[in-house]
Amino acid sequence: MNKLVYHDDVVRQFALATIFWGVIGMLVGVILAAQLAWPALNFDVPWLTFSRLRPLHTNAVIFAFGGCALFATSYYIVQRTCHAPLFAPKLASFTFWGWQLVIVLAAITLPLGLTQSKEYAELIWPIDVLITIIWVAYGVVFFGTIVKRKMAHIYVANWFYASFIITVAVLHVVNSLAIPVSWTESYPVFSGSVDAMTQWWYGHNAVGFFLTAAFLGMMYYFVPKQANRPVYSYRLSVVHFWALISIYMWAGPHHLHYTALPDWAQSLGMVFSLILLAPSWGGMINGIMTLSGAWHKLRTDPILRFLIVSLSFYGMSTFEGPMMSIKTVNSLSHYTDWTIGHVHSGALGWVAMISIGAHYHLIPKLFGREGMYSQSLISLHFWMATIGIVLYIASMWIAGVMQGLMWRATNNDGTLTYSFVESLEMTYPFYLIRFLGGALFLLGMLVMAYNVFKTIKGAAPEQVELTAQEAV
Amino acid sequence: MSDFWSGWIAVTALGNIAFVLWLIRYTSKMRNDVDTDQVMGHSWDGLQEFNNPLPRWWLMLLYISIGFALLYMLLFPSFGKWGNLLGWSQNSAHYEAVVAANSKYAPIFEVYADVEVEELHKDPKAMEIARRMFLNNCATCHGSDARGSSGFPNLTDDDWLYGGDAVAIKTTLTNGRQAVMPSFAGLGEETIDNIAEYVMSLGGRSQDEVKAEAGKAQFAVCMGCHGADGKGNQAIGAPNLTDDIWLYGGSRGAIVKTLLNGRNGVMPNFSETLSEEKIHLLTAYAYGLSRE
Repeated sequence: MNKLVYHDDVVRQFALATIFWGVIGMLVGVILAAQLAWPALNFDVPWLTFSRLRPLHTNAVIFAFGGCALFATSYYIVQRTCHAPLFAPKLASFTFWGWQLVIVLAAITLPLGLTQSKEYAELIWPIDVLITIIWVAYGVVFFGTIVKRKMAHIYVANWFYASFIITVAVLHVVNSLAIPVSWTESYPVFSGSVDAMTQWWYGHNAVGFFLTAAFLGMMYYFVPKQANRPVYSYRLSVVHFWALISIYMWAGPHHLHYTALPDWAQSLGMVFSLILLAPSWGGMINGIMTLSGAWHKLRTDPILRFLIVSLSFYGMSTFEGPMMSIKTVNSLSHYTDWTIGHVHSGALGWVAMISIGAHYHLIPKLFGREGMYSQSLISLHFWMATIGIVLYIASMWIAGVMQGLMWRATNNDGTLTYSFVESLEMTYPFYLIRFLGGALFLLGMLVMAYNVFKTIKGAAPEQVELTAQEAV
Repeated sequence: MSDFWSGWIAVTALGNIAFVLWLIRYTSKMRNDVDTDQVMGHSWDGLQEFNNPLPRWWLMLLYISIGFALLYMLLFPSFGKWGNLLGWSQNSAHYEAVVAANSKYAPIFEVYADVEVEELHKDPKAMEIARRMFLNNCATCHGSDARGSSGFPNLTDDDWLYGGDAVAIKTTLTNGRQAVMPSFAGLGEETIDNIAEYVMSLGGRSQDEVKAEAGKAQFAVCMGCHGADGKGNQAIGAPNLTDDIWLYGGSRGAIVKTLLNGRNGVMPNFSETLSEEKIHLLTAYAYGLSRE
């Protein structure tokens, strides 16, 4: 009988790409943070202006770094938990090269100023079409593998990845609907507040499905695996999964409070964001409680520390989010740097930390090593990342609340106390602290890159045989 | 909004919440055979699952947020035109806030309403209030020092596009201004070059008398607005071309660009955002800027 082996080549490619794009995307972020502190750093070169590098940063960290991490882990997990090799491995390889092409095209077009001007969906229409093709291929590989599984039950991690793949396809296609007028220009089919609502339906569900649900899938494999403990509660995973993915769909309008969006849509956006708190926390509870009885491992295992601290940041930002969606809080926080702080407590604290932890687990396994080259470098990375995030989000919280209060302060004749530029001047020291925090996080990524390089140097990856089929 | 769409919103929103509640009930009945400290009997790549009950505090959190949501949806606009027992709307809330603020602050401005602009600009207390209004409303374009920048006039000098007396300033603030310099690209590059040279000569800066002389004849097309002597016309906001104050730059290159592409100057009208009394105070402030 032929031995079946896992298709790990594409996983290895995506895993290394994750680290590469992580460094690049965060480097652009640090450059932007520096530009806010020292505006002259755009050197009067149009390609280096904040307005063009900003979408490059967000696209690079979300879709290049985060996307590659999700491709790598989903291809790894779906094979292991289905006890089946990847369906259509050539198509999987196509998704790798196709996705890299998308990233390179983004890195060329965005600095050139070619954009659709939709946040997190800036890429011009030909790239959008390419993304759609790759995404369909991704779905075929993933669901094909699920169909071919040797297990009666589908493991919880795969539910989350499945919902992510389906929903992102729908979001991407609907929000990108546009009529092309040339190879680089197009007009959206929606206009006015319908366009705004479509954009934030997309935008918030990109957070919900790309950056939350999919990374929960990652969490549901690597946390129990690294802790070597059973998942805390199957029932909780069922309830919070369905509650999370259904409730999330309504939350987008909280990005459009006090705008031309109809009142009823704003209300629904707010209350569904509040209901979202418990389902979001369900994932955190299931992750952290999986460790009960094994807390001592946190002292000795820096990888587990990455995973658990990421869950703490996840819990914190999914508490902060619903609070910020309350209209009265939003009237203070909206348009301030508080939002930037909130996003980064999720992006650095949750998305990056869980991906980093997962990759420290994954890399040695993929390259036939016992473990990473250096445990103490992982520990060093952990502290650099954690301190970096704390500096980042604390400075943005203070800056944001300060800006919100300054913008609404009035004199006793009804005039505004501060002009915008005065609030900007007050923010300056916090931009410096944010730059330091971001730079520290980037340095941590470089430590990781070095550690990974030493780990895989000279490694001859072995083919991993499928684990014996479980009797069900 | 029609009944159908209001109903659609209500059914889908409430249906989603009902689904979550049903899910909790449904899952409470499944796999009761598994004890909490016992794994469920599946294993994926060695991964197993307990079936602990939902944490009580977590369930309470969910119920409380749902309870709040239902109450809020009843009181505020949530299902299209349905619901909203409080009759709240964003527009009326904003309108009420504006009315309340206006009635609260109006007395401060009424005090100065009857003082002539020519006197009012000497009142330091009034000008302190006016300066704050200037920073809120005017500084974005004219700068916090009121010296303007390219395309935005300097308010501290003695040169006025539409006139600097109290009536003219108040008209500018109340109605706004729309200035148009048309494009003369159709005249051809050489002619534009000549006209630019002539315009330079008006301020005594010409370096090529032959060109300037040629431009003088062609300047006829400009006279309708800027006058035969190039001194401009405040009735239509046409600038004086003989002085050394230039709204869009006075270099030869800038003048050629203005002739080629034309210019559009917009001063917004403030009659909808500021009361008459406030505009009166701002008029005095702008009046005083060039007379300090």
